[in-house]
Amino acid sequence: MADQAAKTEAPGETRRDFLYLATATVGAAGVAAALWPFIDSMNPAADIRALSSTEVDLAPVAVGQRITVKWQGKPIFIDHRPEDEIKRARDDDNADLRDPQKDADRVKKAEWLVMVGICTHLGCIPGGQKPTDPRGDWGGWFCPCHGSVYDTSGRIRKGPAPRNLAIPPYEFTADKMIKIG
Amino acid sequence: MRGQRILTLAVLGAALFARAAAAADDLPRWSFDGVFGSYDRAAAKRGFQVYHDVCSACHSLNLVYYRNLQQIGFTEDEVKAFAAEKQVNDGPNDQGEMYQRPGRPSDHIVPPFANEQQARMANNGALPPDLSVITKARKGGPDYIYSVLTGFVDAPEGVKVPDGMFYNTAFPGHAIAMPPPLVDGAVTFADGTNATVPQMAADVVVFLNWAAEPELEARKKLGVQVLIFLVLLTAMLYAVKRKVWSALH
Amino acid sequence: MPAPAAVPPPENAVVRWIEERLPIFGFVKHHLRDYPTPRNLNYLWNFGSIAGVMLVVMIVTGVLLAMQYTANVNMAFDSVERIMRDVNYGWLLRYLHMNGGSFFFIAVYIHLFRGLYYGSYKAPREILWWLGLIILLLMMATAFMGYVLPWGQMSYWAATVITNLFSAIPWVGDSIVTWLWGGFSVDNPTLNRFYALHYLLPFVIFAVVFVHLWALHTVKSNNPLGVEPKGKQDTIPFHPYYTAKDFFGFGMFFIVYLGVVFFAPNLFSEPDNYIQANPMVTPPHIVPEWYFLPYYAILRSIPDKLLGVIAMFGSILVLFVLPWLDRSPIKSGRFRPIFKQLFWLFVVDCVVLGWVGKNSPDAILRISDTVGVPFLVIGRIATAYYFGHLLVLLPLIAAIEKPKPLPDSISAASGGKG
Repeated sequence: MADQAAKTEAPGETRRDFLYLATATVGAAGVAAALWPFIDSMNPAADIRALSSTEVDLAPVAVGQRITVKWQGKPIFIDHRPEDEIKRARDDDNADLRDPQKDADRVKKAEWLVMVGICTHLGCIPGGQKPTDPRGDWGGWFCPCHGSVYDTSGRIRKGPAPRNLAIPPYEFTADKMIKIG
Repeated sequence: MRGQRILTLAVLGAALFARAAAAADDLPRWSFDGVFGSYDRAAAKRGFQVYHDVCSACHSLNLVYYRNLQQIGFTEDEVKAFAAEKQVNDGPNDQGEMYQRPGRPSDHIVPPFANEQQARMANNGALPPDLSVITKARKGGPDYIYSVLTGFVDAPEGVKVPDGMFYNTAFPGHAIAMPPPLVDGAVTFADGTNATVPQMAADVVVFLNWAAEPELEARKKLGVQVLIFLVLLTAMLYAVKRKVWSALH
Repeated sequence: MPAPAAVPPPENAVVRWIEERLPIFGFVKHHLRDYPTPRNLNYLWNFGSIAGVMLVVMIVTGVLLAMQYTANVNMAFDSVERIMRDVNYGWLLRYLHMNGGSFFFIAVYIHLFRGLYYGSYKAPREILWWLGLIILLLMMATAFMGYVLPWGQMSYWAATVITNLFSAIPWVGDSIVTWLWGGFSVDNPTLNRFYALHYLLPFVIFAVVFVHLWALHTVKSNNPLGVEPKGKQDTIPFHPYYTAKDFFGFGMFFIVYLGVVFFAPNLFSEPDNYIQANPMVTPPHIVPEWYFLPYYAILRSIPDKLLGVIAMFGSILVLFVLPWLDRSPIKSGRFRPIFKQLFWLFVVDCVVLGWVGKNSPDAILRISDTVGVPFLVIGRIATAYYFGHLLVLLPLIAAIEKPKPLPDSISAASGGKG
C-alpha cells in the first residue's frame, strides 16, 4: 500500500520523480517499523519471562534417587548419581557415540546430572525416573515411543533420537541448591 | 472564513489553558503530565514507602508484581526483601497439603486481606478499593486522589457527618468512610525528605499513577517519535498530492 | 474511460498466466486505477476510505488482543490489565483498539453527514445508502459488545441496561432477554457469547463493505455539485489523483488518532470502567460511549419504555426512507438555501442530543441563579426536532423550496477542484 511512486499522466514522461520515490521509501520504512510491535506482542510476555527460572533444593534427594521438576513447562530430570553410574558414564566417553560428548562436559558436579527430560527424537518423555521404569541397556533412560536408549550421562546410544538429552542452563547457588534458567 | 476558524480555535485553546492553569492552584504539577512526562523516581520510591507503611494495611495493589518495583529504582535485592516480608499461599505439596511460603519477585503484591468479606469485616463494612488503577478509576485522576488525601478537615458549621465517617472536601458527598490516613511525620522517608501530609500525598500519587500506568514513559517517548515521523510523512504526502493534481491545470 | 471491449493482453507472461485464470490485474486496473471519479470531490470524500482503513486497524489489533484476552467473568478484567502491563506493546494494542473504535465512528459519522448534505442518498444511490446504514448498525452492535468485554462497571451496567430494553417487546420480551443473557442476569454466558459475536461481526462488516463498494462502483460517486458527470471531461482516473489524496488524508487523520492514542488515551473513556464489574453496585451515572449518546438521549426522552426503544431504533431506521422523504431532484445542499440552513440546525440538534445523553435527565442546566432547564426537557425538544426535521421539514422544503440554478456540468463549473 505504500506504492506512491506513480507515473504521472503526462505521456512520454517515465522518469521516477524523486519526490514520489522519497515518499514511498519513507512510507515503507514507517510501515515496516509499525509492524514490529504487532509481531512482538506475540512473543513471551513479561509475566511468562519472569517465571523463566526455577530454584530447586537438592538436599532431600538421596544418592541414587532421580527427581523430576518443571521448568518453563518442561520436565527436568535430576539424577543424584551413585559412583557406579558416574563410572559407567565416564568409561564410555570415547565409545562410538552418535552425539559425541564427554560426561564431564555435561555436568557441573559429577554426582548431579541435570537434563531436559524430552526425547530429542519426537518429544516424548523418556522413562527411567521411577525405580520401576525400564532404563535400557546402558542403565540410563528408555523412551517407550520409538525405542531411543540413553546412558547414565543422558547420551543417545541406540534408537532414532539424533542428539543427547539437552542440558538446561543452570548454576549452583549453594552446595545443594540450583537455579535453572 | 479561514481566519474565523483560526480565531475560534485560538479562543478554545486559550480557554482550556486558562482552565487548566486555574485548576492547578493548590495542586502539584505532576512530572508525568505533558508530552514529555516521566516518573520522578525519587518521588515514586517515597510514594511506595507511603503505600507500604500506611496504605497497604487496608488497600491491596493486586495487579502490581514485586518485580515491577525495579522499574522505579529499587534494586533486585530490595525487591526480593519486600517480597519476602509477606507469606503467600502455595501448594499442594507432594503430601497434598497447601502451605505458605515467603513471597518472590514474581508474585503479585500480597493483599492485606484474604478476601472481600474479611476486608469489610476489618473496616466497618466498607471495602477499601484496590489501588492498582485508582488514578484512572476516578474522575479527576491524580488531582482527585491528591485532593482526597489532603482534604480531611473539620466539618463546617452545621454540617453533620454520619457516625463512623469523616468529612472530606474532595470526596463526592463530603463523607468518606476512610479515616484520614496521613498525618505529618507518619512516614520517615529513606531519603530524608520532610514527610508533611502534602508531601506524602504527592509522592503516593506519583507512585499510584505509576502503578496504574507503568507504560507511560515508553508510551510518550514512542508517541513523540511516531508523531514526528507522521508529520514528516504527511507533509511529503501533501507535496505528492499537490504535484499529482498540478497535472490537471 | 471504462475498459473497452478489446483489452490488449498483459505483456508480462506471469501476469498473463494469472489473468487468464483469475482476472485480478484487470479488476484492479478497472476499479482502482481507471475508475472514473468526479474531478471536483472535496476532502469530505476522504472519509469513506479512512473508515475502511480504520476497519482494518480494528481487525488487526482486535485479533492480536484476542490472543491474550480471557472471556470469563473472573478473569476478563485482569486479562486486560495483563495485556496493558505484561504483553509486549500490549498497552499500544489496547489503546489503538479502544480509541480506534471512537475514531472509526468519527470517520463514519462525517461520511454519513457528508451524504446527508450532498444528497448522496438520492436516486440512483438508495441501495448504496442502505448498505451504509447496515454497516452503521453492525458497527453499533460490534462496539456495544466490545465494550462489555473488559468487564468494568460500565461494561456490566451498560450491558444490563441495553439488554433489559428488549423486555419492552410485548409478550415475548422477557423470554428474549433471558435468551440474550443465557441466564437470569448479565453473567458469564453473556460475556462469552458477546465475545464470540464481537469477533464475528467485523468480518460481516467487511463483507457488507465490499457490497457497499460494489454498489458504489455501479452508480459511481456523487460530487459536491450534485450534478452527475456528463462525460470524460468531468471525471479523472482514481489513480493517481484520489490515491494520492486518500493517502494524504490517512496521514492527517492518523496524526489526530495517534495523538490521542499516545498522549490522551483515556480521553473518550469513563473512569468507572477501570473498576471491576460489581453486580451489587450500580454506578451513579450509567453513560454509554460518546457515539451512542444521541440515541441514549432519544431513548430517555420518551416516558414509555416500549415507545422509547422504538424511537431509539427508529432514529436510524427512519434514515432508510430518507430518499422518499426528501424528493427534491436537487442533490447538493449547495444549491438548496433553505435545506442548507436546516441541515446545520440538524447537525446542532444531533450534538445537543449527544450532550443531553451525557447528562442525567433530572440534572438541571442552570441559565441563571433562578432559571434552570431540566435536561429532560432539552432532550425532548431535541428529539422532537430530530424526527420533525426528517419526517416533516425535509418533505416540505423539497416541495416548496426554490433551488439556486445548477451549473451545466462539473467541468462547466470552472473545473471546481476539490
